[in-house]
Amino acid sequence: MTAPAAIEVRDLHVVYDGLAAVRGLSFTVPAGGRMGLVGESGSGKSMTALALMGLLPPGWKAQGTILHDGVDLITQTDKALSARRGRTVSMVFQDPMSSLNPVRRVGDQIADVIRRHGGVGRHEAMGQTIDLMMQMNLPRPEQLARSYPHQISGGQKQRIMIAMALACYPQLIIADEPTTALDVTVQKQVLRLLSAATRERNSALLMITHDLPVIAAMCDTVAVMYAGRIVEYGPVRQVFRNPRHHYTRGLLDSQPTMDNIALDGSSRLTSIPGMVPPLPALPSGCAFHPRCPVATDICRARMPEIDAATGAACWHPVAASQPAVAS
Amino acid sequence: MTAMTIERRPLLALRDVTQSYQLPRTSLFGPRSSFTVLDGIDFDVCAGEAVGLVGESGAGKTTLTRILTGMERPQRGQVEFDGQDLWAAGAAERTRFRRSVQMVLQNPRSSLDPRMRIGTALLEPLRSLRIEGNHTRRIHEVLDQVGLDRSALGRFPHEFSGGQLQRIAIARALMPNPRVLVADEPVSALDVSIQAQVLNLLKDLVQDLQLGLVFIAHDLSVVAYTTSRVSVIAAGRIVEVGRPVELFTRPAAPATRNLVDAVLTVESGLAGTAL
Ligand SMILES: Nc1ncnc2c1ncn2[C@@H]1O[C@H](COP(=O)(O)OP(=O)(O)OP(=O)(O)O)[C@@H](O)[C@H]1O
Ligand SMILES: Nc1ncnc2c1ncn2[C@@H]1O[C@H](COP(=O)(O)OP(=O)(O)OP(=O)(O)O)[C@@H](O)[C@H]1O
Ligand code: SF4
Ligand SMILES: [Mg+2]
Ligand SMILES: [Mg+2]
Repeated sequence: MTAPAAIEVRDLHVVYDGLAAVRGLSFTVPAGGRMGLVGESGSGKSMTALALMGLLPPGWKAQGTILHDGVDLITQTDKALSARRGRTVSMVFQDPMSSLNPVRRVGDQIADVIRRHGGVGRHEAMGQTIDLMMQMNLPRPEQLARSYPHQISGGQKQRIMIAMALACYPQLIIADEPTTALDVTVQKQVLRLLSAATRERNSALLMITHDLPVIAAMCDTVAVMYAGRIVEYGPVRQVFRNPRHHYTRGLLDSQPTMDNIALDGSSRLTSIPGMVPPLPALPSGCAFHPRCPVATDICRARMPEIDAATGAACWHPVAASQPAVAS
Repeated sequence: MTAMTIERRPLLALRDVTQSYQLPRTSLFGPRSSFTVLDGIDFDVCAGEAVGLVGESGAGKTTLTRILTGMERPQRGQVEFDGQDLWAAGAAERTRFRRSVQMVLQNPRSSLDPRMRIGTALLEPLRSLRIEGNHTRRIHEVLDQVGLDRSALGRFPHEFSGGQLQRIAIARALMPNPRVLVADEPVSALDVSIQAQVLNLLKDLVQDLQLGLVFIAHDLSVVAYTTSRVSVIAAGRIVEVGRPVELFTRPAAPATRNLVDAVLTVESGLAGTAL
């Protein structure tokens, strides 16, 4: 028997007064598994994460099923959800500055999480905090623990956030754009730490980003989101080597790489024309049709479902033999 | 290489530029120490050429652009525009310089006034640079160049996506008809598919208008795609210059190699060699 999934989401909708930011999402992250959620700005990635955490903005409601740790999170009270946050499921937010308390020392903030859920005393919690900071490769942990957020660099703050998320050995860690604000050298270091620490704890990871290389490096499976729906879902290697949905294909083609740049400067990136539609004006049928190069009448009329054979929700999938990434 | 050097006629150049900042005193009577941000920098761009500048956080890239655009006067060295020393030139020359060198910033949302309609924002640079002429015609010309519809003029910044706003920011920089555009991380706040639209636009502008483009970005592939020559800066010195794809595939300077090694690609990620 395999262990129960870290999270299983079925037909999730996130709605507000007739608007739907997420429209029928289903996916499973197995225990210790790693899934990436990609998609352009506004496609509903953060709303999905907030729904799983029970932290939706005021007025927004989640509908559907979210199975985690033997319960359906949708049916849980706010109090029960809050008792769970940081313990069985935790989140690393995109902007560390706005999610760390600016007037509390960073070490105390980690220790708070440990004390709240671990039932240990002050002294013991601080000891565990220093251990965690050492695991995060933070320099001079004793000293750094006594610093306030504004006294440490961006990369250090991000590692403090990860330490807080890992503190109680959660079954699932949700990381929303954890490295977007960091420069390449610091990004690589943070990803390595996150990778090693989740593996050690057998924590599952849900990695949210619009950065395809980050997903390729970190995840086993990927779900590609567009306008509140998953349009393609499958093993990372399969989806990125041979995308079947035209949006996924477009994302991969928009990515400049050293191999596809002509030395004489004549190369041209394929870009996806247009932009993600705003919520009140979602196109009919396949929401991608106004930007799709091969859309037909059926695309405009009927919404495609994920096809088990291709993994893509598309009436005219990209042929199986057209790799998008030059190799 | 020698042939290229002889032919080059830079439009805008830094010659042996050094800049340092005074640090605050640590004790009342102690000496003020200073910190050298740029050290003997040579850097230039020609008409119709896109040049890149890359380097780790804190290396001095933004400081270099401030000197290049005349916002800061260097302690040593020259800034030359069209062969003339900017800081030795007269008032008329200085005015011509300010119109000719324009800047595009990283975050279009924070660089545009939220209460100002796009039409008004586009006129701003003409007003502050006291440029006369048929402004309506100029606005339409520039909107065409960046591929924006005229209906944009009556709208406010919040009604646009990030990619469209960056086009508007580029349009505003183009209004005074500059000859050099300096862009500091112009696409890092944008999504991949939108980023491609903006990069293609910048490339077209360099060709069609014979603009000089100075382009700063932390994504090396983006720099390689957009520029034909790149300088690597580390701790205030230019440590390597070359054609981007060659330089990034065979880095010589340790600073270049560090940057190259940290780059993630879809392929290296899938191959399991990225981290
Ligand atoms: N508090 C809110 N009130 C109203 N609409 C919102 C709110 N937050 C998000 N939205 C809308 O919900 C949709 C999905 O937003 P979401 O933040 O989930 O996107 P995302 O995929 O995380 O994008 P990004 O990459 O920019 O973070 C967008 O159309 C957005 O404008
Ligand atoms: N006004 C100032 N006074 C003192 N130090 C300064 C000042 N402006 C910049 N510096 C320092 O000069 C160095 C170079 O800064 P600069 O902003 O040019 O770096 P950068 O290469 O643009 O970095 P990033 O990629 O993070 O934007 C940094 O160490 C910075 O802290
Ligand atoms: S369903 Fe139609 S419009 Fe949508 S991606 Fe497929 S081909 Fe394009
Ligand atoms: Mg988001
Ligand atoms: Mg800078």
